[in-house]
Amino acid sequence: MTDLSANQPRSGGSLYTTDARTRRRNAAEKRFRLYGMIAVGIGVAFVVTLLSVILVNGSRGFQQSFITLPVYLDPAKLDKKGERKLEDIKKVSTFGYSPLIDDALAKMLAEREIDGVFEKPKEYRALLSASAAAQVRDSVLADPGLIGETVEFRLLASSRVDGYLKGRVTRESIARDKNISVEHLDLADAMRAAGILEKSFNWGFITGADASESRPEQAGMGVSMLGSLFMMLVVLGLSLPIGVAASIYLEEFAPKNRFTDLIEVNISNLAAVPSIVFGILGLAVFIQFAHLPQSAPLVGGLVLTLMTLPTIIISTRAALKAVPPSIRDAALGVGASKMQSVFHHVLPLAMPGILTGTIIGLAQALGETAPLLLIGMVGYIASNYPDGIASGFLDPNSAMPAQIYEWAKRADPAYYERAWGGIIILLLFLMTMNIIAILLRRRFERRW
Amino acid sequence: MPVLWLILVVIALGVAGYLLGRGRALGSAGGDLRRLHSLPSYYGANAFLWTVVPALLLLAAWLLAQPLVIDNRVSGLIPDEIIEEGSSRSLVMSDVRRVAEGLDLAVKEGALSAEEAGALTTEDTDIRALLGEVGVALGAEVRPEVLNAAQRYRALGNTGRWTMTGLVLALSLGGLGFAWSRSDKDFRARNTVESSVKALLILASTIAILTTLGIVLSLIFNTVEFFRLYPALDFFTGLTWSPSFGGGSELGILPLLWGTLYISLIALLVAVPIGLFAAIYLSEYATPHVRAIAKPMLEVLAGIPTIVYGLFALLTVGPLLVSVFGQGGLLGVGWMQGGTAVMTAGLVMGVMLIPFVSSLSDDIINAVPQAMRDGSLGLGATKSETVKQVVLPAALPGIVGAILLAASRAIGETMIVVLGAGAAAKLSLNPFEAMTTVTAKIVSQLTGDADFASPEALVAFALGMTLFVITLGLNVFALYIVRKYREQYE
Amino acid sequence: MNDMRILERSVGTKEVKISARGCQVYYGDNHAIKDVDIDIEDKTVTAFIGPSGCGKSTFLRCLNRMNDTIDIARVEGTITLDGEDIYDPKVDPVQLRAKVGMVFQKPNPFPKSIYDNIAYGPRIHGLARNKADLDEIVEKSLRRGAIWDEVKDRLDAPGTGLSGGQQQRLCIARAIATEPEVLLMDEPCSALDPIATAQVEELIDELREQYSVVIVTHSMQQAARVSQKTAFFHLGNLVEFGETGQIFTNPSDPRTESYITGRIG
Repeated sequence: MTDLSANQPRSGGSLYTTDARTRRRNAAEKRFRLYGMIAVGIGVAFVVTLLSVILVNGSRGFQQSFITLPVYLDPAKLDKKGERKLEDIKKVSTFGYSPLIDDALAKMLAEREIDGVFEKPKEYRALLSASAAAQVRDSVLADPGLIGETVEFRLLASSRVDGYLKGRVTRESIARDKNISVEHLDLADAMRAAGILEKSFNWGFITGADASESRPEQAGMGVSMLGSLFMMLVVLGLSLPIGVAASIYLEEFAPKNRFTDLIEVNISNLAAVPSIVFGILGLAVFIQFAHLPQSAPLVGGLVLTLMTLPTIIISTRAALKAVPPSIRDAALGVGASKMQSVFHHVLPLAMPGILTGTIIGLAQALGETAPLLLIGMVGYIASNYPDGIASGFLDPNSAMPAQIYEWAKRADPAYYERAWGGIIILLLFLMTMNIIAILLRRRFERRW
Repeated sequence: MPVLWLILVVIALGVAGYLLGRGRALGSAGGDLRRLHSLPSYYGANAFLWTVVPALLLLAAWLLAQPLVIDNRVSGLIPDEIIEEGSSRSLVMSDVRRVAEGLDLAVKEGALSAEEAGALTTEDTDIRALLGEVGVALGAEVRPEVLNAAQRYRALGNTGRWTMTGLVLALSLGGLGFAWSRSDKDFRARNTVESSVKALLILASTIAILTTLGIVLSLIFNTVEFFRLYPALDFFTGLTWSPSFGGGSELGILPLLWGTLYISLIALLVAVPIGLFAAIYLSEYATPHVRAIAKPMLEVLAGIPTIVYGLFALLTVGPLLVSVFGQGGLLGVGWMQGGTAVMTAGLVMGVMLIPFVSSLSDDIINAVPQAMRDGSLGLGATKSETVKQVVLPAALPGIVGAILLAASRAIGETMIVVLGAGAAAKLSLNPFEAMTTVTAKIVSQLTGDADFASPEALVAFALGMTLFVITLGLNVFALYIVRKYREQYE
Repeated sequence: MNDMRILERSVGTKEVKISARGCQVYYGDNHAIKDVDIDIEDKTVTAFIGPSGCGKSTFLRCLNRMNDTIDIARVEGTITLDGEDIYDPKVDPVQLRAKVGMVFQKPNPFPKSIYDNIAYGPRIHGLARNKADLDEIVEKSLRRGAIWDEVKDRLDAPGTGLSGGQQQRLCIARAIATEPEVLLMDEPCSALDPIATAQVEELIDELREQYSVVIVTHSMQQAARVSQKTAFFHLGNLVEFGETGQIFTNPSDPRTESYITGRIG
């Protein structure tokens, strides 16, 4: 039947000696393994590099230079009528407060025997942030009883001085800078030595609002964090119910027909559509067609909902699929209707998986920038906290990633530092959400 | 009354309906709930649904339709003569809407009484100044035809709103009555309620279709509008991109496509070798210990938002590359002028795509059956020979699919290229030059100061359409390849 | 096929190909194979029989060091091939596996053409000097695998396109192509229908003229049909080893008898 033509089994060499060819092959094996290790190493190196760059650059954004300054609140200038009535005091604008601050500064420098090169107190102003006057005024308006006293204020130093303390600004770099001169920097040195000027942790960065281009020292993330919060509330409130409802239908009730196929094809396609196309959708439908307010967290939330839905549907379906059919059968066996078996039994058991998927979807949505730019969040200066819930959703606002983008576009390097700081805050949020999702999964995961 | 109040009233009616329906059903069974067909709460739910759902559907449909209908009616009032050169009916209509909304706002704020607002004429009053006082800015003086149309707009809007409120409330009460009358012990409330719930579930599922429809329609309408103002052939074959807000723009997509493809190519050249080899090492060679550490670390790269990568490109990688390739740099060549370049964006995008390629490849490599590896090892092959000659060829279609998906992601990426690649549209082979992409231009055209009806803004929709088609095509093709060759294992 | 064959075997002395002494195998803490001593002869078919989970496949995989691929497996004792300890640190498993081929339970042809399936082994071991040599090796292997006539016209067709029995014969031909001295077969017919099984068993009978064949089987009838020597494993121990005819008609150990008569297993 078969041809056993002569071919003796190879006598072969001893097993104890590896022949040349095998040695070559082993060398190739080692090289291949090395390439793999290098690749993993490069990947890990990128992660480490990226995180270190973020940390190093961003931590500077959390530190800010402050000047401790006792200011005499001269009643003659601030409350001419002397009645301490709020309307009268309000009439004095920040222009009225600035000279008081200048005088206070000049006086303090003289007392500490720091040689001032300037004759007019006004010239010291470059050392302080332009917001100093507003800060003092706000304190007086909050407590008119302060007028007449000398109150010690902790005022923001100007952005250039801050940059000097951080090493960003040098004597050479300000050669053509109109805002500040070399003498100011000398003064800054002296003030730092005297303990009047120091860097410290800036809570204002976390809670504050954005500021105009010329005042990076004042800019903060607080308002945009609220904007992101409102958006996430919209996303959660819409995408969770809709996503779960759609998944339940597709997984439990949908018959295998063309309509179902169409839905499933659409979902998997939408999961791969670039985010900017969703931005275009949001612009065309929500803003142009439905005339919703531009740059409102509600609109941002709607767009992000549409983007997050496919993700939530896919993970919810996986969670539903993981519940074994025996549970459903058991429920049907005691006479529950299909819908009762799903809502009373399957859904609660799948909940941990659904929540995990939702949190991860929310984390992805939190970091999205491109669609927000198209619905108007670029160029918007989020300078006020929203007044209430309704205005929180409907008033134009910014969001964290859009705020970071906005800062990255401004020319002042002081804003770059704040952009990095903003990234740290954003990543902290993302990390927290991911850790919560992982903990949820570990704690409630069942092995069927 | 405002829409929110109306919704709340309807819902309150629904709650009342719940209680009434439930009560009537229990009553018909003499208080004994065992004699009811369904649990009492289902009767209540039935009433609630009948009261709320038709009414809210009517409300939604009316809100969508009313502006369109009114627009249509009022638009007919505008005579052709007053539409100026360079303007259009839709621009005049937006003026009309502005005036109408401004007048409403004025009445609300108390600057005008309702009768005064109705009796305004353009000769007596400076409408523009009046509206300016309540915070509504108009670009030009208000013409009598526009005022006329605006008044009609307000009137129609008012009537529409009252009619809507009345009809919605009537429908709600009608639904309540109907459901209440049917709440009887033999009525199969649970079945009705469950069918309605199922309908709601189906509705939720169709949102996916609606979204796609929305994307396609919004893209198509605006693209068609764009092609009416700018020839399609020039768009698709033009080699220059230089929009100018005053007419005379050259809007050719080719330089943008070139930038997109060039950057994506560099990104793939970085991501595919690293991602693939990392996946091979982690699934074939690494100990579980190493795998448990390295895999999550790579996943971290996937979780970082693209704005972070964009900033990284702009502020770190760009200057770094300039210090090497730029004028006074390490290599002393003057290839790079500024930090933003194709190379910058490409490298950073490659880093971003590494986990994408790696995890997809990992799944695909793991799907190759162990029996195949055993067969190869049993013949005396080394592990690398097994991987190179048996596993990878078996996994190849899946890997090609993964590469296509990564390419699609790279093409659609926005933030990295907006920040890292620059804004200049060029057709150049030098990777150290700044070249912009389709996505970056969509952002810049739609966030600039262009008027939304001008070709310079509408081109963004045409760009978006092209992008959508390309990425969709790539995704479908990738899925097709993967599916076709997965059959060989089943 | 014919029970009479058992009695026709010539009992001559054959040289010992593989020899195991004091072999232990641990999977983690689980002592899977305990104290196995066995001599496998050349040009003979040796069958390993025993109930499920008794360790026969595990021991088989020790003979070509396939257990190396499992991290938690640990082998102690001595196993020699032609007098050389195969677990000696100097030995490269890659070379060992060229000499000791393996055929698996479920046919696993590569998703390549029939030609490439067979040519894979010779290629990596550098057994052919040129294409003509390779062609010859492929044809020879396919003939010896009793499948040449069925595939000679479609060598470029994918190996996965064959029927179950053909695929298994292809895998046998593939294992033969590297010119091994021993052929290990792990339940080669359990995934095949009776006709294919018969074809493979016939092939095994021919192969023993050239190679030493070790076959793990859970079918006693199959062992009786194809093998000359049989080893009975039970709970990790080699209970009895001897001439096939003797094991099945007159076993020495009570456990062997229980298994054969169907009381255990």
